Amino acid sequence: MAMNKLVSGVEEALEGVHDDMTFMLGGFGLCGIPENCIAELRKRGIKNLTCISNNAGVDDFGLGLLLQTRQIKKMISSYVGENDEFERQMLSGELEVDLIPQGSLAERCLAGGAGIPAFFTPAGYGTEVGEGKEVRMFNGKPHILEAALTADFAFVKAWKGDSSGNLVFKGTARNFNPPMAMAGKITVAEVEELVPLGELDPNFVHTPGIFVQRIFQGASFEKRIEQRTVRSKN
Amino acid sequence: MLDKNGIAQRIAQEVEHGQYVNLGIGIPTLVANFIPEGIDVEFQSENGILGMGPFPFEGEEDADMINAGKQTVTLEKGAVLFDSATSFAMIRGQHVQLTILGAMEVSETGDIANWKIPGKMVKGMGGAMDLVASADNIIVAMMHTNRAGESKVLPKCSLPLTGVNCVKKVVTNMAVLDILPEGGFKLLERAPGVSVEEIVAATAGKLIVEGEIPEMNLG
Repeated sequence: MAMNKLVSGVEEALEGVHDDMTFMLGGFGLCGIPENCIAELRKRGIKNLTCISNNAGVDDFGLGLLLQTRQIKKMISSYVGENDEFERQMLSGELEVDLIPQGSLAERCLAGGAGIPAFFTPAGYGTEVGEGKEVRMFNGKPHILEAALTADFAFVKAWKGDSSGNLVFKGTARNFNPPMAMAGKITVAEVEELVPLGELDPNFVHTPGIFVQRIFQGASFEKRIEQRTVRSKN
Repeated sequence: MLDKNGIAQRIAQEVEHGQYVNLGIGIPTLVANFIPEGIDVEFQSENGILGMGPFPFEGEEDADMINAGKQTVTLEKGAVLFDSATSFAMIRGQHVQLTILGAMEVSETGDIANWKIPGKMVKGMGGAMDLVASADNIIVAMMHTNRAGESKVLPKCSLPLTGVNCVKKVVTNMAVLDILPEGGFKLLERAPGVSVEEIVAATAGKLIVEGEIPEMNLG
């Protein structure tokens, strides 16, 4: 008998979140972000949060919504260029920021979920990122030691999912969602479409349900486009 | 002197048949427009695409299909999608052979700075540190001087580094430069209408000029 991870909605999915927690949030820019969970976190007003997310949203969407309300104490990200409020809070010292290479961020999440406490990578050697970190030579090349990341909650967004927690992503909305799903003590998945158990082809599941503790169908998804670039048909 | 498209056009000549290529944001993105007929390459976008295609036609843009610059894109036939950890396995594992990226500064020993101006601009490194730490071949696309007219081709970078000893070639609006393993920028080509003297004047780092320097052939 399959496990049942289904919860009634975003409120039940976020049961147990409180001040001072560390969260992972999937997404790249505004693509594949857990919109419903972010909205609920803002509604709850919990504070002093550490958020691990590749980006910090834009001023009025994504994690920008939690920056507006000063709920975030620290961000761990790789690129935060699209958010003026973020830059203001960071330069004024209100917000603690740990910028880390994107590949190291993904691998640190993956490692956190995979029981690998740390790993060596060439990325960041000889830069600010490598300062204070153990350096070791492999194949004649210097590498730095990076520690795994885990979180009290990981919030991910998928295209389809079932009550067992199995997830399928669409397009480039996959990004950080699978590695982060693995690294959450409690992983909450919001999906666009909840499908009956047995409908997802086991050959094509991206995230196995074992990594997901709670799943619900999001009430709505805005799916905002950050940079609309098109070409003309002529 | 070349414009941004000219720089991209010249860099496109460096792309070899059968390569997997990662293009950074800005001028590097334009390189895709100039790949010659008969040269088959696949573009990797580090947010999770191999086989990235051009921008979509108006009305066909999809919020779930973007590149690493967060622009809406399409997929080529045979493209594949994956998560961020897999994407950087391709990059760090040297399966992506060529990286083309922009820079604020490059040094004569191949160091690159492109992610931070202390106290002023802090956008983050994104995937650039992983890319420059790993790719076999790294080409920088940039203007030779900054807006204040100061050289970006330096003995040593003054801004926080993105990577050390990694850049192999620099293509600017003025010149094509190889970075020699022992250090120094070797002048290979001049941009149309640019003299060797002008390049010497605009280059702060050690510049090696040997013999006649040909003008770029942009076909």
